[in-house]
Amino acid sequence: MRRLKDDMLLCLIYLAAFGAEFLLIGILGYVFVKGFPQVSWHFLTTVTSVLQGTTGIAGNIVNTLYMVILTLLIAVPLGIGSAIYLNEYARPGKVVGLIVFTTETLSGIPSILFGLFGMVFFGTALGFGYSILTGAFTLALMVLPLITRNTQEALKMVPEAYRSGALSMGAGRWHMIRTILLPAAMPGILTGILLSVGRILGESAALLFTAGSGYFLPGSPGRWVRKLFASGGTLSVQLYLSMSKAQYSVAFGIAAVLLCMVLGINLLLRILAKKWDVL
Amino acid sequence: MTQGKVITKKLNVYYGSNHVLKDVDISIRVNAVTALIGPSGCGKSTFLKTINRMNDLVANVRIEGKVYLDGADIYDRGMDVTRLRKRVGMVFQQPNPFPMSIYDNIAYGPRIHERKSKAQLDEIVERSLRQAAIWEEVREGLYQSALGLSGGQKQRLCIARALAVEPEVLLMDEPTSALDPVSTLKVEELLCDLKKSYTIVIVTHNMQQAARVSDDTAFFLAGEMVEFDATARLFSHPADRKTKAYISGRFG
Repeated sequence: MRRLKDDMLLCLIYLAAFGAEFLLIGILGYVFVKGFPQVSWHFLTTVTSVLQGTTGIAGNIVNTLYMVILTLLIAVPLGIGSAIYLNEYARPGKVVGLIVFTTETLSGIPSILFGLFGMVFFGTALGFGYSILTGAFTLALMVLPLITRNTQEALKMVPEAYRSGALSMGAGRWHMIRTILLPAAMPGILTGILLSVGRILGESAALLFTAGSGYFLPGSPGRWVRKLFASGGTLSVQLYLSMSKAQYSVAFGIAAVLLCMVLGINLLLRILAKKWDVL
Repeated sequence: MTQGKVITKKLNVYYGSNHVLKDVDISIRVNAVTALIGPSGCGKSTFLKTINRMNDLVANVRIEGKVYLDGADIYDRGMDVTRLRKRVGMVFQQPNPFPMSIYDNIAYGPRIHERKSKAQLDEIVERSLRQAAIWEEVREGLYQSALGLSGGQKQRLCIARALAVEPEVLLMDEPTSALDPVSTLKVEELLCDLKKSYTIVIVTHNMQQAARVSDDTAFFLAGEMVEFDATARLFSHPADRKTKAYISGRFG
């Protein structure tokens, strides 16, 4: 009787595992099958233009890269810095508890609210308008909790003995953090960054009213910097817009490209992690 | 001031409302091994951590009285804690090599204090590992992770790491309690060599060990230093009743 129960449970577990796997592969497969016919060199390297009769997402790809890099440039130093402060400098107590609680709450807020705040604060109050910069600041707020929390957890896992070992040899606090803690916490930090990249790539609601939906490429090399202050829709925003215009083939094309990007960035970070984590 | 390397006067340490060390007066001789014995919680580790100011890191700690290193008050405002900890090294109960190569572990301390050439570092690494009697075992694998060593090797590596910054005093907090007997023996032999160039203070739970390796012994009980004398005399003719009871194994 017990034997039978065990076997049945095992069956159910296998079923659940295969079910989950199947769903995942199913979605990926469906998107790739529907999307790839749309993806061509042309699709990737031109910009949609009614005059020239082209449909392309080159501008959106560039915008997406801008958005990922810029957001990380803002959020990673801030997130790691605050995690170091919370874990290494601040005395544990009510204030730290409150900050941690706030950070966690922040990560549960619907992204459209971040969009609203970003539009009003960065866009209007600070005067960045509809721009990639406004979008990046908004997204930085959204991914900050991910980076802070993951870094903090990683720092907590570093044995206390490493700290006292370094300090007992006369290392300053910051020296100890830089040479012992951060390298030891690197896997956790990378996890936070990885999750953030996923979030940035997938976000549309928070960007619609902050970064807008511009899809042109910067005209000349000199304009690459100015592009930061201009409207720019990422792939996800364009995906949303294409769907709302019932251009499903374009939408699936974008979806396929997006998935490839996610896979690519995941692989890249994994390789980097292996390389850094020499020991 | 006598010629004691480390001298404390009326040293009192409190953790919050907990009075951990009470009026400790001691004068630790240079180039000797001084053992601190006593039951758990008697304050011997606290005493150790007071000498290199690692206690500063404990929340709610309060330290009263004086601690002198070569006659200079280490709790004086002008005292540079970094310099102090360079002069007073520490080895912990649990071996705590950093998650890096053996070489980088040893080079860690020297790199804190000044910029050194590769050749200088190579020399320091070899000298320190030799001093800690582990050179022959690791010379082939200096660039391998220190975490792959055995427990005894790790502890000798930590000793080498502490020696690499050329301290004057070496504090050891039960350095062999996590080691097997053979490794313990190696570390004990090491102490006899090291005391020629260093002043060593060792906390130990093991009274045979204190008797074997130390020149002087201090017996702590409930935060007070009950007795401090030459090891041979303290173990053969303890002056205090409590010392006698403790070393004959009646409590502790």
